[in-house]
Amino acid sequence: MFNFPKSIAVRKAQGSQYIPDLRAAVPGGFRGKPVIGAADCESACQACESACPSRAITLDPVRIDMGRCVLCGDCETACPSAKIGFNSDVKLASTTREGLTISAAHPDIDPIKVSAELRRRYGRSLKLRSVSAGGCNGCEMEINALGNVNFDLGRYGIDIVASPRHADGLVLSGPISRNMVNALQICWDAMPEPKLVIAVGACAISGGVFADCEPVDRRFLETFKPSLYIPGCPTHPLVFIAGVMDLLGIEV
Amino acid sequence: MTTANPLLTRDVRDLAESSLAEFARLCQARLGGGERLVTLFGRPDGAHDARTPGDIVVTAVFESAGGSLEVLRARAEPGARYPALTVDHPAAQIYERELWEQTGLQPDGHPWLKPVRFEGERQQHMADYPFFKVRGQEVHEVGVGPIHAGVIEPGHFRFMCLGEKVHHLEIQLGYQHRGAENLLLQRPPMALAPVVESICGDSCIAYAWSYCAAVEALSDRPVPFETDVLRGIALEMERIAMHVATLNGLATDIAFLQGTGTYGRLRTAVINASQRVSGNRFGRGWLRPGRARGLTDALRQDLRQTLTDFARDLAGINDLMCSALSVKARFQGTGVVSTKAARELGLVGLAARASGVAVDVRSQLPGRLYDRLPIEARVEQSGDCWARMLLRMREIDASLAWLFKVLGDDELDLAGGDSLLAPDTPLRPDALCVSLIEGVRGPVVQVLETSDQGHLLHYKVQDPSLPNWFGLAMAVRDNEISDFPICNKSFDLSYCGNDL
Repeated sequence: MFNFPKSIAVRKAQGSQYIPDLRAAVPGGFRGKPVIGAADCESACQACESACPSRAITLDPVRIDMGRCVLCGDCETACPSAKIGFNSDVKLASTTREGLTISAAHPDIDPIKVSAELRRRYGRSLKLRSVSAGGCNGCEMEINALGNVNFDLGRYGIDIVASPRHADGLVLSGPISRNMVNALQICWDAMPEPKLVIAVGACAISGGVFADCEPVDRRFLETFKPSLYIPGCPTHPLVFIAGVMDLLGIEV
Repeated sequence: MTTANPLLTRDVRDLAESSLAEFARLCQARLGGGERLVTLFGRPDGAHDARTPGDIVVTAVFESAGGSLEVLRARAEPGARYPALTVDHPAAQIYERELWEQTGLQPDGHPWLKPVRFEGERQQHMADYPFFKVRGQEVHEVGVGPIHAGVIEPGHFRFMCLGEKVHHLEIQLGYQHRGAENLLLQRPPMALAPVVESICGDSCIAYAWSYCAAVEALSDRPVPFETDVLRGIALEMERIAMHVATLNGLATDIAFLQGTGTYGRLRTAVINASQRVSGNRFGRGWLRPGRARGLTDALRQDLRQTLTDFARDLAGINDLMCSALSVKARFQGTGVVSTKAARELGLVGLAARASGVAVDVRSQLPGRLYDRLPIEARVEQSGDCWARMLLRMREIDASLAWLFKVLGDDELDLAGGDSLLAPDTPLRPDALCVSLIEGVRGPVVQVLETSDQGHLLHYKVQDPSLPNWFGLAMAVRDNEISDFPICNKSFDLSYCGNDL
């Protein structure tokens, strides 16, 4: 006989796990966004640029491309003038690739303009197909977490679906390994119009640490441009959620 | 008696290079004597000396019964052939295939000489994989993947079925190949941590530790004992987090939704704790050459409280899951890998331990950390999905016991210290370093070799999934195809770890 008392005990311990206001949730300790100080760099110093594993940093002035940034923090460690720090900001997503660059003069990602068209079409239901094209399982696990009892993205009608036939959007993770090029295209072709691409994580946005590797072929994204770029390594669920909610104009 | 070490450094000039034929004979002898083949691989020889460029230098690492790591070396001409070790010792199968794929050396008589990951010139020839087929009017062939229904990495599974029963499953991987091993030679050796952490992102602590230990050994810069303790804390938190993820997946796959809901939020608690310490839910950035992020008193207490709450609620859901008849009905007797098969196939890590083969780097090659602070290795005998589920529950308990002991030990100073190795720290020349860490799935093996100038000549990375995928293929035989998802989830192997 099924153990009723045990089941009740577990149910009671579980309680209510969902985060009521996803906008207000703060990820404790999250190394989320670089903060670049305004003071001058030491003369001829290239420490941060050299330390960066994904060529996210350019100098004069110091700029960090969040589409390449893997949030490793090695630039912070390398900087002799303590110019670079990190905060837990989750508003990192952008609808344009160029919008992902931050600097001392431009410390925040530009706010996402709600698209009335996307809001009308997907504001109450957005079904997503996930494709990992060379991902390391970091972004994939965080994408999975979106549907858990804490984040419960399904509350907005945003779900991961099992078939491209059912999908409105492709959630792409990974730098696009050459061995996945054909499968990715087949999946995209199988999705009915209208459809969009969401690039999740540094690898998907720019190739990340694998950008210059020979077995990576990113031409798919030259033809099918993402509607949303969500930085991270891996992308924290709250960053994904902030980005998608902003895109669709969902307030809470 | 000296403690067996999970790390070995050798001067390559002291390593005699056999001919390929002699090397094969020596490997056969060791395998025949019951030694475990840890890894076998080759690299092209750079023209650093007067010898002919184009030679392949082959390295094999064995673990002797006495618990020491030993290295054999050979030099071969390109395209050379040798009698395959796999014929008598199936445990060598994947390493010989990889050796063939990466260097072109030919293992004569290998019964399964097929690509491992379609790297180099074989890229984009995924359709050319020579699957074995079963002939017959009633046989039907089912192909699943590379892209799967859930949010998961890609791989192709080809089933030959008689009705619902799977007669043969063949797994084709390589879709995630990014060229990680080559990439590791493109950046300064002390700056590789972010790359290493991205090879297999859910095991970034195990990978980072294996790497850090290797470059610390190669630069003769050992870390204090307390740094190893901190790394051990990070590793067990990673183990707990990933085991909970697998239990979550197993529960979901049999529609045991209380498990899905409960394990899901329990995992969140653990990885959020890792984030409070390291800034990242997976622990990226926690370890770097020379250091591990330390714990303030507040963080130490935070971890103890988090894990106490976690342990209490985990016990409840584990108990429920283990007592549910529907769970037993699905998992018990499903996906059996016998002890004999596990041993013969050279399975490692959790998959091996669930089939009664007691292999664990932490107990067999403890090094100073696990010698002083041992962690109990658990084993199950039945080798089915149930064993692989139960073993994870037991391993989480062992990890928790270790963590409570360490976090509660006031003699241990866990504040950490800033002793990061400088980016230009030189490496010992002419050195080979073998570095093992028992990750979530099994031993992460990294072998680094330096040139006579102290540059990195070669960086071999080996995920525990590499030999274990074959275990999954065996597990599914004679099971119903509808049980494939739980078999797969019960192994929970890494695609990107295999593909590199």
